[in-house]
Amino acid sequence: MDINDARTVLTVMGLVCFIAISLWAFSGRARKGFDEAALLPFSEDDLPVLDAGRQTKEGNKNG
Amino acid sequence: MQSQTYNYKVVRQFAIMTVVWGIVGMLVGVIAAAQLVWPELNFAEWFHFGRLRPLHTNAVIFAFGGCALFATSYYCVQRTCHTRLFAPGLAAFTFWGWQLVILLAAITLPLGYTSGKEYAELEWPIDILITVVWVSYAIVFFGTIGTRKTSHIYVANWFYGAFIITVALLHLVNSAEIPVTLTKSYSAYAGVQDAMIQWWYGHNAVGFFLTAGFLGMMYYFVPKQAGRPVYSYRLSVVHFWALIFTYMWAGPHHLHYTALPDWTQSVGMVFSLILLAPSWGGMINGIMTLSGAWHKLRTDPILKFLITSLSFYGMSTFEGPMMSIKTVNALSHYTDWTVGHVHSGALGWVAMVSIGAMYYLIPRMYGKTEMYSTKLITTHFWVATTGVVLYIAALWISGVMQGLMWRATNPDGTLTYSFVESVKASYPFWTIRVVGGVLFLAGMLIMFYNMVKTIAGQKAYDAPVLAPAGAHA
Repeated sequence: MDINDARTVLTVMGLVCFIAISLWAFSGRARKGFDEAALLPFSEDDLPVLDAGRQTKEGNKNG
Repeated sequence: MQSQTYNYKVVRQFAIMTVVWGIVGMLVGVIAAAQLVWPELNFAEWFHFGRLRPLHTNAVIFAFGGCALFATSYYCVQRTCHTRLFAPGLAAFTFWGWQLVILLAAITLPLGYTSGKEYAELEWPIDILITVVWVSYAIVFFGTIGTRKTSHIYVANWFYGAFIITVALLHLVNSAEIPVTLTKSYSAYAGVQDAMIQWWYGHNAVGFFLTAGFLGMMYYFVPKQAGRPVYSYRLSVVHFWALIFTYMWAGPHHLHYTALPDWTQSVGMVFSLILLAPSWGGMINGIMTLSGAWHKLRTDPILKFLITSLSFYGMSTFEGPMMSIKTVNALSHYTDWTVGHVHSGALGWVAMVSIGAMYYLIPRMYGKTEMYSTKLITTHFWVATTGVVLYIAALWISGVMQGLMWRATNPDGTLTYSFVESVKASYPFWTIRVVGGVLFLAGMLIMFYNMVKTIAGQKAYDAPVLAPAGAHA
């Protein structure tokens, strides 16, 4: 077995790995985690405290 | 708990320097563009095009783009992990260390100290400093992720993390060099291997510094500014891994029709074509985040910047794979088309998404939610957009024209045009490019004024660290 076989194995493993990730991402099991993670930027309000009183623009109400 | 605040200081410093270095880097770019139109401007050795051009690329990519990435990644990782930045001393060191790198670049490049590798011109002592700063950056970033109070790692942090790890790898491999004196070194590689490693570095600098990092920025600031979560989190995961698995192979398209083995060129071309899919995955995901809220584009100039940047990202990631096709490359390579393509990505995508993110970030660093003047942001947007369009349209035309002139032959096989005739024919387009560049620079000056007025009289502000919303109960 020469080094090119190792390179081939690594490349094929990369492909298999990517396909596995895609299958996982499209399976129902990943869904709940994705939904939670997608809301992370809105897990707190980032209106500065000084301004919080007068600023009630839409777009930041997901606090 | 209430007394703890996020580390906004380092974010604030990097955010302000983003605007400052943006102006400096783009000014050098405008000067270099003007030198092509008026060669008399090459009045001194240290002011020559050949020395200012690498100064321009280093300043806009690593000073402007780099500061924007530091600022936004430190902001995003703290807020989405609900924890203060890890190792504040190291974080401060990344700021001062990075500024020192930029300062050393600004001194050594005009003086002619260069290792001659594109986008990696800095000599070996500076390379070592970059490595130290970058390792510190990785410790701060991944340390923050390691001490997070949330169970998930938000997708933006995956992109930032990939950018940090990959740039470390690229820098270490491509900068392997043998020092001869304090200011001179030679590459550890020779011949075509050296060329391939250089463009493996060069293209992945585009792929991970200028793409993955800024996609991280996009995945945080577009949802925040639009006020709605990302269109498809699943798509973001799939296109993230697709980018990771394919970008590394695309470098050889920079070396079409060279001494590089033919099969390597073909592999580079095929992977560049595949890259269209993950690139457009990111663009679609960003733009579609706005679906159902398109009306916000009409009134919100920050969203205008962010969404226009994604459009330019989509355009240049379509153009790039097309240009990697060997027959197209035979026409486009070594012409202005390449330069136009790069600026469609650099001004249209990288600069515009950074500018949008900075307009979001800067007021928040001073306890406000909005910049001093929203009108001036709108002005900036239109001035900048006009500048980019002028720039890239001019270079498309001159690029295709140059390619056609260089390949034109007479029936007897001799060249129809001499090289200097193509230079002469390019002047009008180079003049338009200067105008486009001046407009884009003018936009940055408007931004600077707006920033100064926003900060004036305001105290620096650090937001309190709050427990994640779900953890209140």
